[in-house]
Amino acid sequence: MSWVNAIIQGVLTGGLYALFACGLSLMFGVMKVINLAHGDLAVVAGYVALGVITVTHVPAVWSFALVVPIFAVLGYVLQRTLIQAALDRGVLTTLLVTFGLSVVIENGLLRFFSANSHSLDIGSLVSGSLHLGGQISIAYLLAAIFVVAVAVLLGLQYFLSASKHGRLIRAVADDREAAQLCGADYRHVFGIAAAIAFATVALAGIAFGMYSSFDPTIGTDQLLLFAFAAVVIGGLGSLWGTLAGGIILGVAQEVGAQINPADQQLAGYMVFIIVLAVRPQGLTGERSTA
Amino acid sequence: MSPVAGPVEPAVRRAGAPAVPVTRSRRPAAWTGLAAVAAVAIGAYLPYLVYSGTTDLLVNVFILVTLASMWNLLAGYAGLVSVGQQAYVGLGAYSVLFLAQHGLNPFAGLPVAAAVCGIAGLPVWWLVSRLRGGYFAIATWVIASAIPLVIVQFHALGGGTGAPLPGLAALSPTLLTAYTYWAALAVAVVVLAAVYTILRGRLGLVLTAVRDDEIGARSLGARVSAARRFVYVAAAAGCGAAGALVVISQLNVQPASAFSVQWSAEMIFVTIIGGIGTIEGPILGTILFFALQQNLSSYGTWYLIILGLVAIASAIWARRGLWGLIADRVHVRLFPVGYWLWPEDDAAPRRRGPALTRWRRRGSAPGR
Repeated sequence: MSWVNAIIQGVLTGGLYALFACGLSLMFGVMKVINLAHGDLAVVAGYVALGVITVTHVPAVWSFALVVPIFAVLGYVLQRTLIQAALDRGVLTTLLVTFGLSVVIENGLLRFFSANSHSLDIGSLVSGSLHLGGQISIAYLLAAIFVVAVAVLLGLQYFLSASKHGRLIRAVADDREAAQLCGADYRHVFGIAAAIAFATVALAGIAFGMYSSFDPTIGTDQLLLFAFAAVVIGGLGSLWGTLAGGIILGVAQEVGAQINPADQQLAGYMVFIIVLAVRPQGLTGERSTA
Repeated sequence: MSPVAGPVEPAVRRAGAPAVPVTRSRRPAAWTGLAAVAAVAIGAYLPYLVYSGTTDLLVNVFILVTLASMWNLLAGYAGLVSVGQQAYVGLGAYSVLFLAQHGLNPFAGLPVAAAVCGIAGLPVWWLVSRLRGGYFAIATWVIASAIPLVIVQFHALGGGTGAPLPGLAALSPTLLTAYTYWAALAVAVVVLAAVYTILRGRLGLVLTAVRDDEIGARSLGARVSAARRFVYVAAAAGCGAAGALVVISQLNVQPASAFSVQWSAEMIFVTIIGGIGTIEGPILGTILFFALQQNLSSYGTWYLIILGLVAIASAIWARRGLWGLIADRVHVRLFPVGYWLWPEDDAAPRRRGPALTRWRRRGSAPGR
């Protein structure tokens, strides 16, 4: 029965990974930018939420109402300034700049908040769970995060396919020059896409902060690499593939932990390497040069 | 190695025009060569002149020069932005440890470790070469994070806490410092000479052509994937040698620090600040790095923050780095890999051929 429980836990953690990955996926899909600071930004969101809770005394669960808009604005501003400047000089420059950003953020956090780990205190919710008999239990928090992740992916899907701005984003992603000829300001569109991506990063960072403790180094050690693994396993550029990839990664980690607690991360990376070797286009992707 | 047009002939003939002399360097290259030999000779004699504190610092300088030159070859010439070269630093360190535990002298283990890393680079290349650009970068990072998770499974190698390096206890501290220094000097010189030789030859032309216009280079028959694979394997071996030097100079190895992404951060920042796409850049950047580190060491992690900010600014506003700024003003090439044209009607020579100092956007704008 503990195996069934491991798989259920894995599926639910997969939702969290998908929440991390969708911003990464969106930024690559629209502006061909791989944001290597993605994981660190999630950690920053955790620290900002911590600050918001301390200052305003809002319940931790509602801290996202303030942090997510802040990050959306931050995303727009960062895209219009630094990332766009890098993008104008070529895709490789964006890698160097976002990697530099990642190192600066991580060491800045270490500098100001020390290496101690923190977590967002949500009271009794963190330990509450639904017991289904045997060894199977579903934590309310993890289930809530999974629901939020699916809701965010659904919302993103609907936004991109049905709304005016979403169509604009897809048009710019497909053919920037043609979209420009039709009057689209691609820099503004990139800014909107980055704002959405940063908002999801903030949400994911807060969710992670409630679910587990975080410290400055976790952003690159785990979050970025897990998000990336989820994207590759699921298939580049597919939102639902990302959810599937996140779930597979989560299940692999939980099953690996079931075999040997020390092998949790290794099991996840093994699945990533197998997928890269056998099916580099991912589960849902079509074979193309990404 | 590939059916591309060979290196440019010594003289370029236009129809009906007299031959235009072409040289590798603006000044006679013999003097530069002589200066290089003299510099290496002085460097080799240094342990007799200075205290071990200085040579210990220089060992770290040589390690970073090696790493940065390898990363420069990858990113600056082959367009492969790897964030996972720490995989080979760690693998090189652990190879030396493993061999020393089985009786091989660590100094003899150094070249073996480099070879092991080169061989290990082949299957990794097979995996990561399926992804391009940013995805390639993170894929190398994921692999570099997965390898230490495997290494810590072996208790003989010290598990998660690491292990001390055996086999060097017989040497006196003075002799050990000197040997370590000479090994580090040798690795740095060999790596720089190898990079210089590669870039002056056909492979250098292929890489430069790929960097400037990949589709154009492919259509002319350049074997792009083979060239990239060669560069990746060479960089793996070079970083492995650097990792071997790390374990020899520190006399113990820990998985967390040997496989730390900080290696990548340092080699990338140093190369960008010094000047990516030039051989001189990583050397200059390394010197700057240690000057900064010596002065800011009391401020802990600040030097990495400052270095990161300078690297970001440099990547955007001074894309050819410090060496690019210098080389524009004084026409010096310590490692001439391009060509100079000497037209008779023109007093000032024009540069021609692969403009190696320029790190252009790949597949960039028309009207070149």
